[in-house]
Amino acid sequence: MKTIIEIKDLKREFLVGEEVVKALRSISFSIEEGEFVTIMGASGSGKSTLLNILGCLDTPTEGEYLLDGMSARKMTKNERARFRNKKIGFVFQSYNLLPRTTALENVELPLLYNPDINGKQRRLKAMQALNAVSLSDRIHHTPNQLSGGQQQRVAIARALVNDPVLILADEATGNLDTRTSYELMALFQQLNEEGKTIVFVTHEPDIAGFSKRNIVLKDGKVIKDTLVARPASALEALSSLPVNEEE
Amino acid sequence: MQVKNLIKIAFKAIGTNKLRSFLTMLGIIIGVASVIAMLAIGQGSSQSITSGISDMGSNMMIIMPGSENFRGLRMGPSNIQSLTVKDYKDLKDKATYLSAVSPVTNGGGQAIYGSNNWPVSILGANTDILSIRKYKIKSGDMFTERDVIASAKVCVIGKTIVDNLFVNGEDPIGKTVRFNKIPFKVIGVLTTKGENTMGQDQDDVIISPYTTVQKRITANTYLQSIFASAVSENMSDKAAEEITAILRQNHKIKAGDEDDFSVRSQQELIKTLSSTSQILTVLLAIIAGISLLVGGIGIMNIMYVSVTERTREIGLRIAVGAQTNNVLYQFLFESVLLSFTGGLIGITLGVATSFIIKSILQWPITVSTYSILLSFAVCTFTGIFFGWYPARKASRLDPIEALRYE
Ligand SMILES: Nc1ncnc2c1ncn2[C@@H]1O[C@H](COP(=O)(O)OP(=O)(O)OP(=O)(O)O)[C@@H](O)[C@H]1O
Ligand SMILES: [Mg+2]
Repeated sequence: MKTIIEIKDLKREFLVGEEVVKALRSISFSIEEGEFVTIMGASGSGKSTLLNILGCLDTPTEGEYLLDGMSARKMTKNERARFRNKKIGFVFQSYNLLPRTTALENVELPLLYNPDINGKQRRLKAMQALNAVSLSDRIHHTPNQLSGGQQQRVAIARALVNDPVLILADEATGNLDTRTSYELMALFQQLNEEGKTIVFVTHEPDIAGFSKRNIVLKDGKVIKDTLVARPASALEALSSLPVNEEE
Repeated sequence: MQVKNLIKIAFKAIGTNKLRSFLTMLGIIIGVASVIAMLAIGQGSSQSITSGISDMGSNMMIIMPGSENFRGLRMGPSNIQSLTVKDYKDLKDKATYLSAVSPVTNGGGQAIYGSNNWPVSILGANTDILSIRKYKIKSGDMFTERDVIASAKVCVIGKTIVDNLFVNGEDPIGKTVRFNKIPFKVIGVLTTKGENTMGQDQDDVIISPYTTVQKRITANTYLQSIFASAVSENMSDKAAEEITAILRQNHKIKAGDEDDFSVRSQQELIKTLSSTSQILTVLLAIIAGISLLVGGIGIMNIMYVSVTERTREIGLRIAVGAQTNNVLYQFLFESVLLSFTGGLIGITLGVATSFIIKSILQWPITVSTYSILLSFAVCTFTGIFFGWYPARKASRLDPIEALRYE
């Protein structure tokens, strides 16, 4: 198996006024291609900070981060932008959709910055991605015409549209009811089976049960890193939910 | 990123904020419209001055008695009796750069025909005066060289005189008009010339042989001035030098002493007048330029607000892979689009205003292509110049900070 993420002694500190906030204190681990990892931990433990660094959105204060064998620190700003554009799909904790812009256009956004893709392909890929999150009937709705869960799914479609090797999701099920979040987990499991590496930040232990590996952070340190013996199937969990739960 | 996408994004951004975009453009619109209209007015007036003078005879030269003082003002020329008939004859015989020369002596008074009278000054000249002043005979004839020699009491008159003396519409030719009690036979009528640039009625004129005017009206032998035509406009300076040389010799003026006469060419007048109107044009252009600058600052201001307002959007674009230049060009293009559209509306408005002024106020107006091209260039430049800084700011945002921006 190929190692896709490798971090060594990663540190991230923020300067707030005079005070130094240590969000990550010396973290090391590696993730192989095809893994489905969940990252858990209390609020403020550094999950989002870690994910931002993994997604090349942020750079560590200290330590090494090798992405696909390349040092993220040595990449230029534009090289990192290209990496994000082609290899990474990022689902933000707060969906970050463009206001007054339709779901379709929101999903098309990353492809707009990919010179290899023309307008026709862009539309087609965006439709496919929206189809994958079961939103084909809402493509011309703007974010304020969509429910929270639907907005979350548009954000996921946007992360899938560039066919990334690595999907990073920050509390992608945070605002969803059980049924919808299980549906999403089924989607992620399917994507994982298709070969995509997934790093998924969550609060909920039952969500973590759908992944293959579980990393727990506390105060910016890894306190637990375990393989899940028998990952649950989201599809099965979905079918065992009481049908009239919503009513 | 393809230019097509860039254009799409910029149009969308401007479209979502229609009113604000329009208000931003207003500065540019007003600036450009005033540049166009003001240059049109300035150029129109300068052209009409020049053509007005050419109408009077652009190669005309006037020789006046008395020298100019240091302010270029004449010191009581009518009191100085330095120009004589001999001067005129010498100029006619010796000057090579002059195609026509006429002595001029004016006599003020009343012209009377029947019960109508009209205050006018009679212009005594020779036959050349027609070609010098660009007058033409409409009906009848001009007096001849013989009439001049014989001091014949004949005259040709302009339309204003005809209108005021021959009120019943009778044919003036052959009639006798009394000027200061002296009877003059009308032998010709001049074609209408209208007002000159200075607003003088050029048709309010009676022309007679200068010999007659000298003998019967002014009763002296001096000339008030000598009118002449240079062989061509370009020869005006040469002609002036020649006239000066001949007259200095005639008047026995020693080298180093001041002339006791002055020579003025229309060319000189054109230069003076058009330089005045050029200064005016420049002033107008500066005012208009300042308003363009203000418009540009307006664009910069709005682009700044826009960049700040859309910090999250920019953060997201960068996060999903927009390169520095993608963001830079997006905002640069947006500001150029604003200023360019503003310029387009401004030009339309400016040209329209020019034509409205032209048709309502009857001002002479010339809209030149160069002022339109200039406006376009300035607008594009304004957009790039004032859009650059905000755009650069946007392109350098850190994605995480931008996404966290409230
Ligand atoms: N830009 C920043 N400036 C200053 N401090 C920051 C910044 N980003 C994160 N922090 C701090 O780093 C720590 C970790 O934050 P992080 O957002 O990674 O937490 P989290 O685990 O994602 O929490 P949650 O579950 O609430 O999303 C927190 O103490 C936070 O205050
Ligand atoms: Mg977080």
